[in-house]
Amino acid sequence: MPKTLFDKIWETHEVADGILYIDLHLVHEVTSPQAFESLRLAGREIRRPDRTLATADHNVPTDGSTAAAQIRDQLSRVQVETLERNCEEFGVPIYSIGSRRQGIVHVIGPEMGITQPGMTIVCGDSHTSTHGAFGALAFGIGTSEVEHVLATQTMQQRKPKSMLIRYEGELGYGVTAKDLILATIGQIGVAGGVGHVIEYAGPAIEGLSMEGRMTVCNMTIEAGGRAGMIAPDDTTFEWVEGREAAPDPLPLEDWRALSTDEGASYDTEVVVVASDVSPQVTWGTTPGMVVGVTSAVPEPAGEADERALEYMALEPGTPISEIHLDRVFIGSCTNSRIGDLREAAELVKGRRVASSVNAMVVPGSQQVKAEAEAEGLDEVFRAAGFDWRSAGCSMCLGMNPDIAAPGERVASTSNRNFEGRQGRGARSHLVSPKMAAAAAIEGHFVDIREWE
Amino acid sequence: MRAVKLIEGGVSVLDRNDVDTDQIIPKQFLKRVERTGFGEFLFYDWAKQPGWDLPVNPILATGRNFGCGSSREHAPWALEDYGFEAVIAPSFADIFFSNCTKIGLLPVVLDEDEVRAVMEAGTASIDLAAQRVSWDGGEATFEIDPEVQRRLLEGLDDIGVTLQQQDAIDRYEAERERQGPVTTALR
Repeated sequence: MPKTLFDKIWETHEVADGILYIDLHLVHEVTSPQAFESLRLAGREIRRPDRTLATADHNVPTDGSTAAAQIRDQLSRVQVETLERNCEEFGVPIYSIGSRRQGIVHVIGPEMGITQPGMTIVCGDSHTSTHGAFGALAFGIGTSEVEHVLATQTMQQRKPKSMLIRYEGELGYGVTAKDLILATIGQIGVAGGVGHVIEYAGPAIEGLSMEGRMTVCNMTIEAGGRAGMIAPDDTTFEWVEGREAAPDPLPLEDWRALSTDEGASYDTEVVVVASDVSPQVTWGTTPGMVVGVTSAVPEPAGEADERALEYMALEPGTPISEIHLDRVFIGSCTNSRIGDLREAAELVKGRRVASSVNAMVVPGSQQVKAEAEAEGLDEVFRAAGFDWRSAGCSMCLGMNPDIAAPGERVASTSNRNFEGRQGRGARSHLVSPKMAAAAAIEGHFVDIREWE
Repeated sequence: MRAVKLIEGGVSVLDRNDVDTDQIIPKQFLKRVERTGFGEFLFYDWAKQPGWDLPVNPILATGRNFGCGSSREHAPWALEDYGFEAVIAPSFADIFFSNCTKIGLLPVVLDEDEVRAVMEAGTASIDLAAQRVSWDGGEATFEIDPEVQRRLLEGLDDIGVTLQQQDAIDRYEAERERQGPVTTALR
């Protein structure tokens, strides 16, 4: 019987009914302390520290601090120090503050080559779906499950349903992976993928870089999906080859065989017309409240929309291009990789950030930072008036000093525009790195397809 | 985990869809390394708004896609610490649903009109063994994975249950073809 990419990975990892073997467990400081503590109390060991890897990202200040002791916020410092201590006690490799490999957990896995096709990957973080871009099956989990995976190297999971999102046509000029996934969420809704593992396919996906594919899979959770996946192809193999943890030679025959067989069926199939997608801007307080840049803030369709408009301080009918910004944030596990930074840098080169805007760029990892600096991107951003920061989750969720003030309006390349996400009372508009860069220069949103 | 059996009493109503875990427990409270004490921060920002009223009751009835967004288990911890023993909604986000079952906070999926009836009734009774919710003037049955139901009813430790399959895990590791890198071998 023909099988999907998801079926194939599931079948090769099913230990027993409802028990799935996990090839890689990524750990960070926020969702792990209670798991380690419970293991300790129960006298349990970590089954496979050699399949586990930790980093500090959520709490890390992006000011270039090189040790946990330099974190001024006491609770943040304790959380990072607790992770470091737990990893030492249980023998888990860790790249904490000060390591050349430190960074956002979903950036460092792929860049080190530890994220590979055909694997099962979990992390106590909903954006673990990112790793599916490599043709891996990657689930976000809670702290009890983190503890379960640490102790057993398996997770209890019934097989979710499968969904195919098939894109028709190619992306237009100036339209990016971020616009594609935002438009998809707008179409199927923030609960559209609930209960499903989503496979993204079609020429628009095949044409994306690995960075773009990671952006798409990253935001699967914003559509409610349990995991997002893309079949590995030559783009994937070229990206993985030569990375420090990549196999040599690559097992290309095995990896190619992962792709969904012709005639395989999905529980749900959705078609999205990629060629119709324009640069997207969210106007509300869920990622599904999104429109094209040439549109206007819509009329509220219900109570939730009304509440969102009130929180966002927006009037229906206001053209998106007339929304003025206080801050611009380029970063997060969605859009902080070298390709994202190159796209943004190209647009800001030789220009100046609007005087009313406070703009920052936060590379996703120390390696991205080093690579960007070697290319001179830091100079491009600085010369334009951007603040060039060190690696971390930064203003995606404000667990560190990078927080927007109440009422501030932010153009953000991150993944969530929930109330208070980037700071209490802060108003977030999700956009692509290109759209964020252009908005920083102009002080309001512009259609980058026509922007000179 | 304590066993979940019969849950009965008052129903608190949060009549909103797509309530995300950032609202249930905002990020500034995720810095704690303990598992307890999150209840006082439940819906921290919304609780300051005029008209907010969420009495302490055993049951919370709410809207579609409850618990979407971040995987933070701090959200169910906060709901449980506040006093809730069950949440009834037309649908839940997947990770949130799973997190609830791991700590013995019972997530119950009913049809939208049934949830509405529970909200209006003000009190209800949930019988996990019978998979039934009853309220003044009505009742409804709900689906739950039989294995999850068994663990909740018996208050079983998930890790203990899985470790009963340790032989299968050992065999799997011994027999399967290796996938992926060895993290401890990176230099």
